Amino acid sequence: MEVVYKKPESLKDETIIYCPGCGHGIIHRLIAEVVDELGIREKTIGVAPVGCAVVAYNFFNFDVTESAHGRAPAVATAIKRLLPDRIVFTYQGDGDLAAIGTSEIIHAAARGENITVVFVNNAIYGMTKGQMAPTTIPGMKTTTTIEGRNVKYHGYPLKVCELLSQIDGVYYVERTSIDSIPNIIKTKQSIRKAFKYQIENKGFSLVEILSPCPINWKMTPKESMDWIRDVMSKYFVLGVFKDKGG
Amino acid sequence: MRKYLLTGCEASAEASIHAGCKFYAGYPITPQNRFPEYMSKRLPEEGGVFIQAESEISAINMVFGASVCGFRALTSSSSPGISLKQEGISYLAGCELPAVIINMNRGGPGLGDVTPSQSDYFQATRGGGHGDYRTIVYAPWTVQELYDLTYFAFDVADKYRNPVLILADGILALIMESVKFKKIKKRFPKKNWALTGCKGRKPNSIKSLFLTPGILEKHNWKLYRKYKKIEEKEIKYERYFCEDADCLFVSFGTCARICYETIKILREKNFKVGLFRPITLWPFPYKELENTIERMKKIIVVEMNLGQMIDDVKIANKKNLPIYFYGRPGGGVPTPEEIYRFFISHLVGKKDKLWK
Ligand SMILES: Cc1ncc(C[n+]2csc(CCOP(=O)(O)OP(=O)(O)O)c2C)c(N)n1
Repeated sequence: MEVVYKKPESLKDETIIYCPGCGHGIIHRLIAEVVDELGIREKTIGVAPVGCAVVAYNFFNFDVTESAHGRAPAVATAIKRLLPDRIVFTYQGDGDLAAIGTSEIIHAAARGENITVVFVNNAIYGMTKGQMAPTTIPGMKTTTTIEGRNVKYHGYPLKVCELLSQIDGVYYVERTSIDSIPNIIKTKQSIRKAFKYQIENKGFSLVEILSPCPINWKMTPKESMDWIRDVMSKYFVLGVFKDKGG
Repeated sequence: MRKYLLTGCEASAEASIHAGCKFYAGYPITPQNRFPEYMSKRLPEEGGVFIQAESEISAINMVFGASVCGFRALTSSSSPGISLKQEGISYLAGCELPAVIINMNRGGPGLGDVTPSQSDYFQATRGGGHGDYRTIVYAPWTVQELYDLTYFAFDVADKYRNPVLILADGILALIMESVKFKKIKKRFPKKNWALTGCKGRKPNSIKSLFLTPGILEKHNWKLYRKYKKIEEKEIKYERYFCEDADCLFVSFGTCARICYETIKILREKNFKVGLFRPITLWPFPYKELENTIERMKKIIVVEMNLGQMIDDVKIANKKNLPIYFYGRPGGGVPTPEEIYRFFISHLVGKKDKLWK
């Protein structure tokens, strides 16, 4: 019998501990599939963030290190510079990448580091249970914006792809979503492209993925997916913002 | 043997290269700018990687990354920059990663000034960042010793998988002295724990997070045992003129060197004074100091700060001898003569029985 679907080798046989309906599990799987398909598992080094995905080393079946909150791009920079034939990626949430770690991501991008960044935008601080993130969209309720984000008071969200696409050192940036099967398939293609560019020594790539956080959004998993499609992706428009290779 | 005339920054940088350091990240700050400048040229020549980071926070996390994949790594800075590195140093300690950090201490608090100081003693010896951890701290007093200790620091860091700090100051950073080089290291300890890609082995991970109840506590006890071992094995100190002395100067780094000159003046005038100089500030040589004051009558602590080392001297002062203090905070540097005058006016007063 032909096997058409199985656990990727790049995932350990561990129970995923993320909340029901969380997007991290899907994205972990997509990365694992891509790493398997590119045949790079034994030379991949992942850099986990501080955020819900801090425990990524429990799930990925390759070398993974922790990094301080927001500093994954600095950690990845050193690893890649010292081991240029390894494949190095960071996995970061929006608080990690777009608030406390803004400086590190911008400068890694500006240096044109040959790394891949998987940026999971769930518009909220998941791990600390639902405070406003730099990507919380206007009007959205969080535990620190209980009336909804008021841009006059709380300021505007940061659009990371738009920002990074302006930087000369960046090779490829795309925003995708995992709100539907077609979009999940597209997200996988984007992650694969970002890893391929690294293998080809093209430089800095980032894939931003709009991802559900039903528990903190106080929605069901289904409502979360609908909300990404109907609301979140209207503010964070999907698409390729820069692709020097295509 | 050939000698080289180098600034402290250059000597320390060169020592790191001789010790097999392959990675440096730093951010400019006076008085240690010569350090990144020198490394930017020398390290790539030796097949290493130099990065001028966007901040000290980024620099220490780059060092973290370099250490994660098993390379000898270094960062240097001065006081405000070292403050920014503290979270990263705590992560290094928590993840049990070796690294060497050089602090060319300048005056504080805040932006302070750019002149030499020893005001980061507490920060260096009490951990500095969050959590129950220790960094090994060396305090050199000459450019040669700065070279030697930097060279040695990499071995100690690897041996214990722990960050090592060198607490120097703006004087040592900038003065030029002649330096003898050591052999270029060719053999290094194996690091089975390093992340290099999992070819032919199970995946490795590096972490300081232990959420399962009790596990972090165990991890801390493991660190504690390591620190106890370091306390047993790694203490360094020096004593001068102590055999017949009845009064002991206790001072470290540049300030100890100034005291040494004061002591020479005092000795000429027949004052029986000695010098105790801790080279490791952590672990502090408590026992050794305790033994040294056995037959003494007074202690004088001299520091370029408000007396931060006195706490440690008190721990060693089981005899309860009177402790005098002469300090110059905020970037002040004492001369041997002013310490001499302080000594005469405060320790040799009329009521004093010791030197009537
Ligand atoms: C220096 C520091 N500040 C704050 C925290 C607390 N903290 C942990 S995770 C997190 C936010 C994570 O949010 P995000 O990056 O969006 O990832 P998510 O958990 O949503 O996946 C914060 C603020 C920390 N661990 N370290």
